[in-house]
Amino acid sequence: MSTFYFIAFLSIFFSILVISAKNPVHSILYLILTFFTFTIQYILMNAQFLAIVNFIVYMGAILVLFLYTLMLINLNKESEPVKPFMVKIAAVFGGGILAVALISSLKSLGVSDPVVLKNPELGLVKNLGKVLFNEFLLPFEVSSVLLLSAMVGAVLLATKDPKEPKATI
Amino acid sequence: MESLTHTIQAVPLNHYILLSAIIFSIGVMGVLLRRNAIVIFMSVELMLNSANLLLTAFSVYRGDAAGQVFVFFIMALAAAEVAVGLAIIVMIYRNTNSIDINVLNRLKW
Repeated sequence: MSTFYFIAFLSIFFSILVISAKNPVHSILYLILTFFTFTIQYILMNAQFLAIVNFIVYMGAILVLFLYTLMLINLNKESEPVKPFMVKIAAVFGGGILAVALISSLKSLGVSDPVVLKNPELGLVKNLGKVLFNEFLLPFEVSSVLLLSAMVGAVLLATKDPKEPKATI
Repeated sequence: MESLTHTIQAVPLNHYILLSAIIFSIGVMGVLLRRNAIVIFMSVELMLNSANLLLTAFSVYRGDAAGQVFVFFIMALAAAEVAVGLAIIVMIYRNTNSIDINVLNRLKW
């Protein structure tokens, strides 16, 4: 039980560091730590498939993509934009208002039942695979089309303009 | 594994909702606070992940595997979104030499 609260504290702490770090590279490294705490949460809920997928897809693929893009862009200190102080205050205030609204609406619910894993097989690959390929077969196939179109779109967007002098590959 | 999953048995569902709400709000704050386009993307990822955590918690709470399958689809969607979004950012950087989103304010007209 206390493991949950410790991990929850860590994930809130690191996610605050993500948005407050000055250097974007540090921001990405803190985001990796945040996602690692999420992976631990999945393991605690015995959602083993999601834990592995979170580990591989988020921490392995998406954040490496972020890191590579950041290093391609080659930010230096003077190009790092800074917002005026009043705008920052307003942003924190707005986010805080949202948090207060969500939490106070939660207060009226009262204490719920504890999360108990009724079926320990729930998050295993075998069980999820059965659900995925029976009920959700069509969305699964459609998501492959989505990934293909995203790949084609990313390649199209990131290639240089043909009007420019031809780059030697 | 059995002893590990035993540890969550006393955590109320409310606390999962609380954690997700706080992390979602931090993500919203990051979108409002920063002007670096990549950090804004990272805040969006943070929001998506808080939703993922809550879906998983509800799925375990109800004993229904559909929630975890849905998280899987959200992850595929996030991967596609990041690929296209980072390509757009690279293109913007090539055209304007900066990833400050305020440079793009001509888009609003």
